[in-house]
Amino acid sequence: MRFVVVAGTPSSGKTSVMVHTIRHLLKNNLQVAVCKIDCLQTSDDERYLSLGIPVAVGLSDYICPDHFYVSNLEEIEAWAREQKADVLILETAGLCHRCAPAVFDCLSICVIDNLIGVDTPQKIGPMLSSSDIVVITKGDIVSQAEREVFRYKVEMVNPEASILDFNGLTGQGALALKNEILASEPLAGITGKVLRSPMPAAICSYCAGETIIGQSYQMGFIKKVDFGRVKSD
Amino acid sequence: MIKHITILGGFDKNGNQEKISELKVCSGEVLAVVGPTGSGKTQLISDIEQYAEEETLTGRKILINGQPVDKPGKKSLSRLVAQVSQNMNFVIDLSIKDFLLMHARVRGISNPEQILPELLYVTNLLSGEPVTLTTNLAQLSGGQSRALMVADVAIISNAPVVLIDEIENAGIDRLQALKILTGQGKIVLVVSHDPTLMLMSKQRVVMKNGGMDKICQTTELEKRVLKDLIGLEEQVASLRERLRQGENLGAEDGIKADVEEKERRILWQEYRYTSL
Repeated sequence: MRFVVVAGTPSSGKTSVMVHTIRHLLKNNLQVAVCKIDCLQTSDDERYLSLGIPVAVGLSDYICPDHFYVSNLEEIEAWAREQKADVLILETAGLCHRCAPAVFDCLSICVIDNLIGVDTPQKIGPMLSSSDIVVITKGDIVSQAEREVFRYKVEMVNPEASILDFNGLTGQGALALKNEILASEPLAGITGKVLRSPMPAAICSYCAGETIIGQSYQMGFIKKVDFGRVKSD
Repeated sequence: MIKHITILGGFDKNGNQEKISELKVCSGEVLAVVGPTGSGKTQLISDIEQYAEEETLTGRKILINGQPVDKPGKKSLSRLVAQVSQNMNFVIDLSIKDFLLMHARVRGISNPEQILPELLYVTNLLSGEPVTLTTNLAQLSGGQSRALMVADVAIISNAPVVLIDEIENAGIDRLQALKILTGQGKIVLVVSHDPTLMLMSKQRVVMKNGGMDKICQTTELEKRVLKDLIGLEEQVASLRERLRQGENLGAEDGIKADVEEKERRILWQEYRYTSL
């Protein structure tokens, strides 16, 4: 089974990209299963269900969605194997840009769009820099020049990745993404595999439900703003 | 260096072999893509853009200089095709100068400052109201944006293939734009519903039901019609410009009719009466 992890900035078109790509995978008579990880609520499962494939939803609720994601990988894998999936698509919410869901030996796709601004690729961090494939959407509504500049900035952050232009409305680019997925190595088992980038510590009193502001209410990992820091760029 | 691209035919929407099995466009040439809405014009453009290898919906194959494209070199390939369409906008918050310099550096141009005057000149040649290098991209009108995009594609994006999608309503001098692009030795594909643009190209491919149905070479007679059309457009353009400048038009400003024109009008009137 190929294990595909899809992350990306909010509203970049992750679900549209994958729905188009799954259509192509289904044409090859492959069994595809999808698991969507979100925070509070999602309706993306309905779009996947309309393809007639098995879909699972994990809502992280009060837990950081990426920590929730990583602590459920074995269960998600077991579920997908029960569905006899040839390809498992695991779509994460991708919110704070600090965590990166990429796992060694899984295919990692990062979906971003041309509208987020040319300086944003540098801000996204490991979610972008540790991915195997970067899918860039919404190219049909910005100028050629901006697309080229944006692509260049992405290449700066992640020189190794294949970069694919994708139109989430028409599905242009889906074929290329399908081929990338088929060219990836199947995974024997997720247990023991390693995250490509460690997830940051987030263990303070507010993680545990504290709501009052003030030093005496703060415990655990606390980091303070360094006001002496000179802006470097 | 791309000398020509070839489109090898695939199948139409019903799975029938396309009538046109091979279509070649050389550098410095314009190919017009015509046909009703839904006839497959955009799909043809998209096949070229992704260097189809019989794997897209249409089963077409794209050859460059007569050779299939090497897919492993995808990264450099993406720079072969530049696109301008009327839906495109600038979303970045920078002055024209800063943005063009940024793009030129990305493209590896060694003296970006030196090409700025040329870029500005071409942009203002195409757009109505002139822009300056300090103008912010966000303040550009639709026409000015498209003019800048064409100038940028012609001078900075050294992509040898340019795809132009319905720029007739973009508010720029589109005939001039075509001249500028082909003058750089580019292969230009124009999707258009505009007769002047269709006739500007040496040949046009007619799309029907998803397939390439026919190739029409522009005839000598059509070239004369094109001359008429261009003359007409120039008159309209000068009227537009004078109205914009706050002038009132006089009686002598009607569209100047030649003898043929009169005959044509009579023909049209007869047609209208008989069809009523």
